[in-house]
Amino acid sequence: MRDDKYPYLFRTNLPKRIIVLIGPSLTTSHLPCSNEIFTICIVMKPCEMTGWGLYPTILGRKDRARFLDEVRGFVEEATPLLPQGNCRSYGDACLFPRVVSTLELKNLLAFDSERGILRTQAGITLEEIIRFALPQGFFPPVTPGTKFPTLGGCIAADVHGKNHHLEGSIGNFVEELEMVLANGSCIRCSRRQNSDLFWATLGGMGLTGFIYAATLQLKKIPSAYIALRSLKTANLRETLQIFADSQTDYLYSMAWIDCLASGTGLGRGIVMLGNHAPAAISPPTTDFKLHSSNQRTIPFHFPELLLNPFSMRSFNTLYYHRQLRSISDSTIHYDPFFYPLDTIGHWNKIYGRRGFLQYQFAIPFANGLQVMEEILQRIAARGSGSFLAVLKAFGPQEGLLSFPIPGYTLALDFPLRNHSIIPFLHDLNKIVLRTGGRVYLAKDAILKREDFEAMYPKLEEFKKIKRLYDPQNHFRSQQSERLGIS
Amino acid sequence: MSRRALILGAKSAIAQAIARRLAAEGFDLILAARNKSQMEPFAADIEIRFNGAVGLVEFEALEWDTLSSFGARIEREFGEFQLVVLVVGYLGDHRKAMRDSEEMQQILHSNFTSSALVLGHLANYLEEKKEPCGIIGIGSVAGDRGRQSNYLYGAAKGGLALFLQGLRNRLSATQVHVMTVKPGFVDTPMTEDMEGLFLVASPESVANDIVRAYKKKRDILYTPWFWRYIMLIIKYIPERIFKRLKL
Repeated sequence: MRDDKYPYLFRTNLPKRIIVLIGPSLTTSHLPCSNEIFTICIVMKPCEMTGWGLYPTILGRKDRARFLDEVRGFVEEATPLLPQGNCRSYGDACLFPRVVSTLELKNLLAFDSERGILRTQAGITLEEIIRFALPQGFFPPVTPGTKFPTLGGCIAADVHGKNHHLEGSIGNFVEELEMVLANGSCIRCSRRQNSDLFWATLGGMGLTGFIYAATLQLKKIPSAYIALRSLKTANLRETLQIFADSQTDYLYSMAWIDCLASGTGLGRGIVMLGNHAPAAISPPTTDFKLHSSNQRTIPFHFPELLLNPFSMRSFNTLYYHRQLRSISDSTIHYDPFFYPLDTIGHWNKIYGRRGFLQYQFAIPFANGLQVMEEILQRIAARGSGSFLAVLKAFGPQEGLLSFPIPGYTLALDFPLRNHSIIPFLHDLNKIVLRTGGRVYLAKDAILKREDFEAMYPKLEEFKKIKRLYDPQNHFRSQQSERLGIS
Repeated sequence: MSRRALILGAKSAIAQAIARRLAAEGFDLILAARNKSQMEPFAADIEIRFNGAVGLVEFEALEWDTLSSFGARIEREFGEFQLVVLVVGYLGDHRKAMRDSEEMQQILHSNFTSSALVLGHLANYLEEKKEPCGIIGIGSVAGDRGRQSNYLYGAAKGGLALFLQGLRNRLSATQVHVMTVKPGFVDTPMTEDMEGLFLVASPESVANDIVRAYKKKRDILYTPWFWRYIMLIIKYIPERIFKRLKL
């Protein structure tokens, strides 16, 4: 469309954070940066930022650091800031009015191809790590349900994967972190050196300092494929029983739950158990086949009319009955196994312009079945469940603000058509809290401060370490301000 | 025999994209930039991914006295090289430069004087090699016609293009191939997410074009390709009209 101020120029309001003015450079010498023969004028305005859940949205200033000294320069500015990766956390953990993006910091720094130890700048995404490591027979040791977060972001949220019950979260595989502290100094931390900072940074949501680089132990794998066993379950008790029985036999496990089924079918679903498949006899060249970079992208926000209890229920029922047999074995590529949604770019847009909340909580094994049933009953009764609800068993975890506790975790999406869902989730938080559970900060946008403080008993210890390394509370996020982490 | 490329001004996004492409083609690299310690992570990345050797050298384009011996110095330190890619450039602030002599000098010297000096010396060096060698100089579409909003940068880049043209003419009988590249607007870190904007190219696609064109021994490359036709039209606007346009 034509620009109001410069009527001879066409204005494109590309992804909201820059205004681009394009046109022949007539009378444009007064513009900030006219370039070449056509004016392509990029006016930086405070960019609109949002996490993967498209809620909340804030205005902020974003710079991308390309070199270590640029990182230090940005950190040394007086304004409080937040290091930001690829914005794949769902709520406001990646948002702040002043952010420094790590996306240009993606150089590999060292690789030991014998032991699979990779030292890399932290702005590299898991996708880029896979592209590099898989052909050499290595894979990220822990991976969340998408391959697009940065390594720094994964460490800051201490992400877990389908193997958490056996191997723990990504923090267990981080050997060393190289950080820029609030005073601009560079520091290394590990289990032996500055270990207080190390344990606070795993799961520390970027609030202890800027993670510049990390050393990660990769996993040696025999092939790019997963031997998958899917089991259809009739109810929650059966689902949880399978988790208990398969605890040690399968490296990867998770279950999709039909969160809208009620009554006897409450908690029915499909449990997926997997191990790395051995290398095929022939042809060996395809053993380490990479994922395709093709994505079908959802081009616009879906109309909210499409999201109604009926469509949700139909989807869930169809998904459940898609698998006919009660047990099915197959061998599938890692991409559909770990990242089923990554093949659809911007799948978050199916929830409409107002976005959605992802709600993930963990509760201890004790009384796990009853509590999970209670929560599922409430969700089913409300009728506003999500397309995909994912259940998984956790083992223990050490990071001070790390999310996993031994028990069960369930993740659900709730479209934000109106805000009545928020008090509902606050009620669920009370149930979770009562049993000694907690919710996941990387997905949270609405948690109350008092609930948060009760959920994370090591919070005081975290705050003490943060105050030691960041006395001015220089590293902040929308979430840290909301939850009072300073 | 391993081939080695010298990249001058290796800090920019275009230079790094070209470096990756060349490393993927099997070139060893020598990256010359001001503040070479900044380049260390990038050099490590190239070595890990492509198993080629990467050397780093401090290069201050405005210290002209050092430029005559630059080629010999590189050869002493890293061995012979067969390809020179010059990505030195400074867009500057034109409005400031109209009044500020220092900024004016910076624009003219970075884009023309220094570039011509260093390429002049390196051309002599390559000519004596008596083997297939190459020079790639990055100019700009802004150098094709002078206009009031950008004539300092344009004049310097235009001068560089003429210099390269003359060099090409001189070296056509030798084994040194000289290619002039005229990129249009290239995506920088600040313009992320600008997909679908036809005028903007990513550094990667520009680097692809450059390496492909170099292998085909092209003389002048506009990248992306459509700039050739845009500039063709611009160049043919009669001066009587052009001078009145507020470009």
